[in-house]
Amino acid sequence: MTPSGIRQPQAWTHESLQREVDALKNEPGAMLPILHAIQDRFGYIPDAAVPIIAETLRHTRAEVHGIISFYHHFRRHPVGSHVVQVCRAEACQAVGARQLEAHIKAGLGVDYHQTSADNEFTLEPVYCLGNCACGPSIRVDDDIHGRVTAEKFDRLVDRLTTSILEVK
Amino acid sequence: MTVTVYVPCDTTALALGANDVAALIEQEAKSRGLDLKLVRNGSRGLFWLEPMVEVETAEGRVAYGPVEPHIVAELVDTGLFEGERAHPLALGLTSEIPYLKNQQRLTFSRIGITDPLSIDDYKAHRGFAGLEKALAMDTQAIVDEVKHSGLRGRGGAAFPTGIKWQTVHDQPEGQKYIVCNADEGDSGTFADRLVMECDPYVLIEGMTIAGLAVGATQGYIYLRSEYPVAHRIFTEALRRAYEAGYLGADVRGSGKQFELEVRLGAGAYICGEETSLLDSLEGKRGMVRVKPPLPAIQGLFGRPTVVNNVLSLAAVPFILDQGSQAYADYGMGKSRGTLALQLAGNVRRGGLVELAFGATLRELMEDFGGGTLSGRPLKAVQVGGPLGAYLPESQWDSPIDYEAFAAFGGVVGHGGVVMFDDTVDMGEQARFAMEFCSVESCGKCTPCRIGAVRGVEVIDRIRAGDNRDANLELLSELCDTMVAGSLCAMGGMTPFPVQSVLQHFPDDLTRSRGGSPC
Repeated sequence: MTPSGIRQPQAWTHESLQREVDALKNEPGAMLPILHAIQDRFGYIPDAAVPIIAETLRHTRAEVHGIISFYHHFRRHPVGSHVVQVCRAEACQAVGARQLEAHIKAGLGVDYHQTSADNEFTLEPVYCLGNCACGPSIRVDDDIHGRVTAEKFDRLVDRLTTSILEVK
Repeated sequence: MTVTVYVPCDTTALALGANDVAALIEQEAKSRGLDLKLVRNGSRGLFWLEPMVEVETAEGRVAYGPVEPHIVAELVDTGLFEGERAHPLALGLTSEIPYLKNQQRLTFSRIGITDPLSIDDYKAHRGFAGLEKALAMDTQAIVDEVKHSGLRGRGGAAFPTGIKWQTVHDQPEGQKYIVCNADEGDSGTFADRLVMECDPYVLIEGMTIAGLAVGATQGYIYLRSEYPVAHRIFTEALRRAYEAGYLGADVRGSGKQFELEVRLGAGAYICGEETSLLDSLEGKRGMVRVKPPLPAIQGLFGRPTVVNNVLSLAAVPFILDQGSQAYADYGMGKSRGTLALQLAGNVRRGGLVELAFGATLRELMEDFGGGTLSGRPLKAVQVGGPLGAYLPESQWDSPIDYEAFAAFGGVVGHGGVVMFDDTVDMGEQARFAMEFCSVESCGKCTPCRIGAVRGVEVIDRIRAGDNRDANLELLSELCDTMVAGSLCAMGGMTPFPVQSVLQHFPDDLTRSRGGSPC
């Protein structure tokens, strides 16, 4: 099975950033849709996007920065090949999320908001994935996994880091 | 002969391997030359049985679960396609499973039964019947119907939905909005997600009826970004509803307009608070607004706005279709109708339990939940999300009803029930409540912004045995200040779980750890 939802962020240019902003700028309350569009396409919100958004939407750069930094979902730095989010909320705590969290941090050798040395995994906390009856839960890219044990997590990491070599 | 097999497609089923199971079932059918109709239905909400596979038989649908991918071949060999019931994972007729049979599913009458994206399926199960009636009604008559049902906001605040609609209805004509709060951030809740993934048209129908009732032509659904599956399914449902003429400039040829759009949140718990949600929809930081003015008078972009939770709006089609009395016949006291309870955390049989108000927590956790997953004694239960109190055993016999819970300082909230066994350290849970608030506070008011940070520090000192009595008193005072002085429920209710630990589990908080707290 190939895991779905693998992000393949494209490299941004000033022109491509401007195009994303222009495509949505006339929507009512365009800011969040624009930020989502940029992050979905480029993997994060580059610093260069801030003046472009500010100019186009008639905001100050400080306001745009303030909005981006308010929301946990938006990132200002590139991420690894996969984003791993670990649920830290109560329902998952009740079934061992704290132990799983420690295992994942040790296994990947990173703390939250960091990317593993091989650039494969960026680790983030998340507060609830809505899978509260079958925790502990994690999200890897757009896939949610339930009843995650240390072993299950290790298998998942193995599967995601196994590169497929094409023989011609 | 065609065999119809159902494999659910909601987040929980997918998180437990439903896509792999579906693929394997197709493979097995193919290798046997069987004519298979595979339906990706919604979940029935019996999550401990997911992925729960169902097979259509002459007597009805027969269920198997939990079906892990490696067991598919064995199940097929023992007669899955024939609906044989000999295998240990065979559950018999789905409709006879007590967990399901003992519920009163009004809002959730269709989940798991239908293909969530099929409009034909939806209509075959009374879908859009409420909308058809509403289209023929006077706007005031629609508002009255909702008022008479006694429906109260299911997001947590429990404000009467009909009165909110009346306020917006009575505002002068002009641009008005319907905003659906689908920022289901409480841990232990997944009912909004189930609506959007398993029966999306009921929400579309409910919002359209709301639009007709108050004279709003535009609706927004503010969906949290943590729900990618709900986003995918609901977006497709919207597209199909437009295509079929249920949305747009001329809803079902009535000449009335209603447009609907999904907007994604961005990982901010506070945006579940209605005014903060509106600021976020407007493209700002999700800061809480001072009320008044009420959103019903000055809401989105300064215009009159109905802000309702997913479950409130999803209850409306039933009320319009079957009448307000049919809904009000369920429930107790001032809590009419049904509540979607969500059993989560350390629970053997977790899932969705829709019941009339009035059942007790103990019935819910024992009869439905079957106790803890670990098999250890249950120690505490948090009802109503991260801002809800931790309830000790002495409070489990109280009926689940807004007033009865309020009487002892409990919160029904959005109906999430998170169970903890006796290995839980309640001191750690109290600390987490403050930590969560410090991460998620919007920062507008001081008691919440600063109080939460100080709260973590004081709890750390108590747990480290540092000047304990003085710090316990300080924590108590801090909680009082936050409750009395915060602008919204975030800071105002964060102390509830902390105070409940102080009151009912003080030993956990004061037990000396001798070192630095974790």
